[in-house]
Amino acid sequence: MLERDSKFLEEAFKQYYFDHFELIHVPDRTNEREFGYKKFNSGMTRHISLKTNKDLHLMLMANIPSDVFCSNAYYTFPNMPMAEKDWKEADLIFDIDAKDLNLTCRKDHTFIKCLTCGETSLMQNTCSKCKSNKIEYISIPCQNCVSRLKKEVLDLKNILTSDLQIKNESITIYFSGNEGFHLYVKSSQYNNLGSRERSDLIDYIMFRRTTPEAFGFKKNNPSRSLFPEFDEPGWRGRVANELFGPKSKRSKAITKVISDGYPAYRQKLEEISKNSIGIKIDPNVTMDIHRIFRLAGSLNSKSGLAKLICTNIEEFNPLTHACLIGDEPVEISANCPIEFILKNKKFGPYLKQKTTVPKYAAVYMICKNIANLA
Amino acid sequence: MVSLGHDEIAKYPFLAEAGQYLQDKGFTLEQFATDPDLQIIVDKAYERIESATNGRIYNTKLDSSDTFSFLIAIILLKLSGMNTLINRFSLAEARRAEKFLEKDLIGNLDKTSEELAIKIIRDIFSVSVKKIKNYFVIPIPDYLRHAVNFHELEWKLVNRRVENGMVFLTPHEAVRLIRKELSGYIGSRIRAANTPSMHKGFEDKVNKLVGLAKKFTVSTTVSTEYPPCIKHAIDVLENGENLSHSGRFMLAAFLLGRGQPIDKIALLFKNAPDYNEKVTRYQINQIAGETGSNTKYSCPSCEKIKSNDLCFAIPECDNIINPIQFGRKRS
Repeated sequence: MLERDSKFLEEAFKQYYFDHFELIHVPDRTNEREFGYKKFNSGMTRHISLKTNKDLHLMLMANIPSDVFCSNAYYTFPNMPMAEKDWKEADLIFDIDAKDLNLTCRKDHTFIKCLTCGETSLMQNTCSKCKSNKIEYISIPCQNCVSRLKKEVLDLKNILTSDLQIKNESITIYFSGNEGFHLYVKSSQYNNLGSRERSDLIDYIMFRRTTPEAFGFKKNNPSRSLFPEFDEPGWRGRVANELFGPKSKRSKAITKVISDGYPAYRQKLEEISKNSIGIKIDPNVTMDIHRIFRLAGSLNSKSGLAKLICTNIEEFNPLTHACLIGDEPVEISANCPIEFILKNKKFGPYLKQKTTVPKYAAVYMICKNIANLA
Repeated sequence: MVSLGHDEIAKYPFLAEAGQYLQDKGFTLEQFATDPDLQIIVDKAYERIESATNGRIYNTKLDSSDTFSFLIAIILLKLSGMNTLINRFSLAEARRAEKFLEKDLIGNLDKTSEELAIKIIRDIFSVSVKKIKNYFVIPIPDYLRHAVNFHELEWKLVNRRVENGMVFLTPHEAVRLIRKELSGYIGSRIRAANTPSMHKGFEDKVNKLVGLAKKFTVSTTVSTEYPPCIKHAIDVLENGENLSHSGRFMLAAFLLGRGQPIDKIALLFKNAPDYNEKVTRYQINQIAGETGSNTKYSCPSCEKIKSNDLCFAIPECDNIINPIQFGRKRS
């Protein structure tokens, strides 16, 4: 990133932090958490221990980080190197990102920027100007992405509260500050699980690595009575509704499944895992018990939007509610081949042109690497 | 700890304190080594180990001398010092105990046995288990802690009956779930026991055990061929396409595990769209444990690789659980 662009972002972020201390708090059990931050054009600093909101605000003002993080894990010595921290437990965290939803709309609002010559163009595999394959994909989420993300989050929440018996009050939903949502499960019966156990839990939630036998298809001599019923709890009930519904057609559907055979049923289960009923979480996030996560209330340097708690996800509009930077005019040179909406205002497309936009839009585009200060 | 009657000790002899038990029954080790009338117990103890090494489960019909033969078997194993025999013996004894546990859990005839079996599972393996109709029902976190020891898909949570945070298991499944730990528990108790001094009467059996153990020393050869997941990762990089973070980690950890130098590994990443020599070297050094916390990372398991959609298994991958085992042959 150009020096003056990063200086501009630093100023904008500093202003935001100064104006919004009320949104940024240390989480509970503060002295057992590891904190970390990144500065613009610099690497990560982690293994930090904080005690109070004041310590946190001081860290923000002294360093003006581009990103601020806090561990889901609780340690005896959070500021020691990883091997000496003495891990106690970790909250269960799920990340649902628009890029993992396989949405058809995505190609309409994703474009490429060549890392060799800097050219931006609509989706393709190589740079249209210099043919380099070193390209960066840039995406700006649309309303369809947002509503599909919300649906996925609610489906996940439903599995957590019903199948896994996690209490509603243990669950908090956050907008990630870019293209997704984070769902936190705090202090649950799952906190002590290690990575391997979490990995199995992930396969459960994503409905992956199923066997046809578990869903009623005995390899030799299949029996109709073993196939799942609509009112069964857990995945068997969901599979019945997905594959054998409606009720009046169940018998016919099962006859077809049996005649299509065991391998076809296995394939069908894999298909519905990927394309419909499996929840599209990022497995690497949930599996990691030593990760530091973006701190709620802080800004995301990939977008300049804030990571915010969503008390009412249905009503939450990230591109309005999480856009908290000021609106004084800023002149930029923008290169964005598609149109997007922020705070209900349309921007773009810009074809390598100078334009004046509100500060929040300038920050958004510079963070997305599609504009520079003019 | 569980309190046990005579029958229970015969079924689950690993719960008894060896020295204490012999003392309580009025015996000394020396008697077993010298008294011709007790030679039959020593012979049984040897047979018990021998059948374990052949993968057979020792007699599951209860006999009054069973506890003694188990305890003397431990003495012989300790005197032989052969770890491989202790492992095989522990597994066979775990499978033997499994048969009793399963029968006791069904509990049609004897409620006390059922309660004891549940108590063993609860106390030794920290699994809170409840019986609901014919099922044993355990909380998901307890299930996961044990199920991760299995590689078969049927043990994955997604393939289990799950209701309201609980997993439903048949008696057979409930017992099978703790087999590995049962064997680990028996092994750890044997290892923790004191090694007595050698008695002349045990020498012959102990020497035979040492001979028996030699049968199990194996040498392995490793082919230089890469497994398909690693080949795929290399292909992706060679084509200048993006390889995910977990793919890069897998590749570097695998090649480091096969002893390749960092310089050579770093070259593979040269075509990556976001290649940066300094960052690449830094990250490989971290994985190798040369920098940072000095933790040397090993190649992720096949299961983890599958979870990351990086697995492209071929028939040669059967029976391996980590790519590093690919092409390893016993000779």
